[in-house]
Amino acid sequence: MMKAKRVDPFFWVAIFSTVTVVLFILFPLIEMITQPTFNDLAETVKDRDVLRSIWLSIYSSGIAALISFLVGTPFAYLLARKEFRGKKLVESIIDLPIMIPHPVIGIAILGLAGRDHWLGQAMQSIGIQIMGTVTGIVTVLTFVGLPFYVNTVKTGFESIPVRLENVSRSLGASLTGTFLRVTFPLAWRSMIVGIILCCARAISEFGAVVIVAYHPMIAPVMIYERFTAYGLAYSQPVAVWLILVCLVLFLLLRIFSLPKEHKA
Amino acid sequence: MIRLESLRIELSGFTVHDIDLSIDDGEFFMLLGPTGAGKTLVLEAIAGMSPITDGRILVKGRDITSLPPEARGIGIVYQDYALFPHLCVLDNITYGLRYHRKDDAESEKWVQWLMDQLGLMPLAERSVKNLSGGESQRVALARALAVNPSVLLLDEPLSALDPNFREEIREVLKRLHKEVGITFLMVTHDFAEALFLGERMAVIHQGGLEQTGSVADVFQRPSTPFVAEFVGMKNIFQVVFDKGTAHIEELALKVEAAPAKGHGHIAIRPEDIVIRKEAVSDNGINLLQAKVLNVIQRGPYYEVFVRTGKIVFQTMLSKSDLIEMTVTETRDVYLTIRTSDIHVF
Repeated sequence: MMKAKRVDPFFWVAIFSTVTVVLFILFPLIEMITQPTFNDLAETVKDRDVLRSIWLSIYSSGIAALISFLVGTPFAYLLARKEFRGKKLVESIIDLPIMIPHPVIGIAILGLAGRDHWLGQAMQSIGIQIMGTVTGIVTVLTFVGLPFYVNTVKTGFESIPVRLENVSRSLGASLTGTFLRVTFPLAWRSMIVGIILCCARAISEFGAVVIVAYHPMIAPVMIYERFTAYGLAYSQPVAVWLILVCLVLFLLLRIFSLPKEHKA
Repeated sequence: MIRLESLRIELSGFTVHDIDLSIDDGEFFMLLGPTGAGKTLVLEAIAGMSPITDGRILVKGRDITSLPPEARGIGIVYQDYALFPHLCVLDNITYGLRYHRKDDAESEKWVQWLMDQLGLMPLAERSVKNLSGGESQRVALARALAVNPSVLLLDEPLSALDPNFREEIREVLKRLHKEVGITFLMVTHDFAEALFLGERMAVIHQGGLEQTGSVADVFQRPSTPFVAEFVGMKNIFQVVFDKGTAHIEELALKVEAAPAKGHGHIAIRPEDIVIRKEAVSDNGINLLQAKVLNVIQRGPYYEVFVRTGKIVFQTMLSKSDLIEMTVTETRDVYLTIRTSDIHVF
């Protein structure tokens, strides 16, 4: 007699969880994207304020990612390659921006940049204004995005065998030469992934930005403002446009960073 | 010439200490030791990749202790090849040339010669990701030698290879060393490799040097029980010497060149203990009565364990001898050991 194949109950639990999680994430987003009519979307995209806010979001996040790349890369390299006293502490400090409530970050930065603080006074004397400026927005976005860049790139560096760098040095290349000719060509994909994650985190920031710079309005702040002032229907089209633009940008970056050789 | 003077390296709880070595120009020197003895640490210290706590490193009389790796002129070949995965074979090999100002035509000729010697010409444009172990190791060798280092360090270059590639690369190393005249310092845990390739060697154990000397010398005359065991000596016993005799419990063996009195060790290679059907006596020979305990086939030969009194000796026989002498378990036999074959230390 044939025996029916018994499937472990855990298999069904896993299937159920997968479906639930995917629906939980997709359902609200799909609903939001499909609710505005084409007309709404077309109207919204003609609105200069909307375009400006989306552009500001992308561009300030991009600058935050660029700053993260410039200062975060050498820092991540140090963390990946060197053992030193207090390394665990430094690594936890890097993770702090991920844990702190976002408005608290905004308040902390404002506290430094205000007229009551010597740093704020110093910055104002050379013409740097944080409150209500793009500089302020970029500062906040870098603060929240940097940990994602550093952690990703650190893992990328760690996956490159130290021996490759050792061999390069033994062949006569300096530390810089070795970094440029061996480490960077092997790590740039993880840098792109780091930039994507950093940008993604920066674009989604709201709580800290709203405290430091309500104006000029980045897209999340504008969506929030339209929601509180005019309601759901008015805020949705802006949100849809933000999601679409980000999706395209991240997709492009992903494609660009895919490994070339996938020959059969 | 490389000189290591009282080298001391401390790294995450492990210490390599009191390393004093001098290696002649053009020599093939072996640093031998079990896994975890500190061999690789010594190599990386010479190459400038592990910081040293104390001591000095001199190459051709120049103190290089505080120089960065790129200024030392010391090449390194790792067991896992460490080829640059983003470069092709040729770009790997010529990687270091730009840092060594030299006549371009001359460099090119040298690289051509190396690639030719190592059979790499047909592979020049290939990606290093698609190479076999043997090919990868040949590329790594060519890359290290292309810049004409004053010393080439080899970190277990044969360990990761399949047996047939291992033999091939072993031959290549021997031939290349003879032809390029560069000092080779190779780390290995395999005594057979040391015997085949090395001229002189040092045995390192738990971070310290146990013995230094010519390969033949260390093989014939190990100076500590550890080295004796490591070079394949069996039958190592703690003994008490008394006027030309070594006492192992109640057994007495005549030995040569022993101290008049005191404690020490003896070691006898299995092949130097001869099994006989009948007693023979001669000057300079120890004759013992024994019983066969165990016969184990080891490929082309047999390991035979025999007991005399409480002492068990390990010896060996070819298959034909085994059959001819009808050596079987529990059989009574005679053993002869020449006094000169008993190594005293």
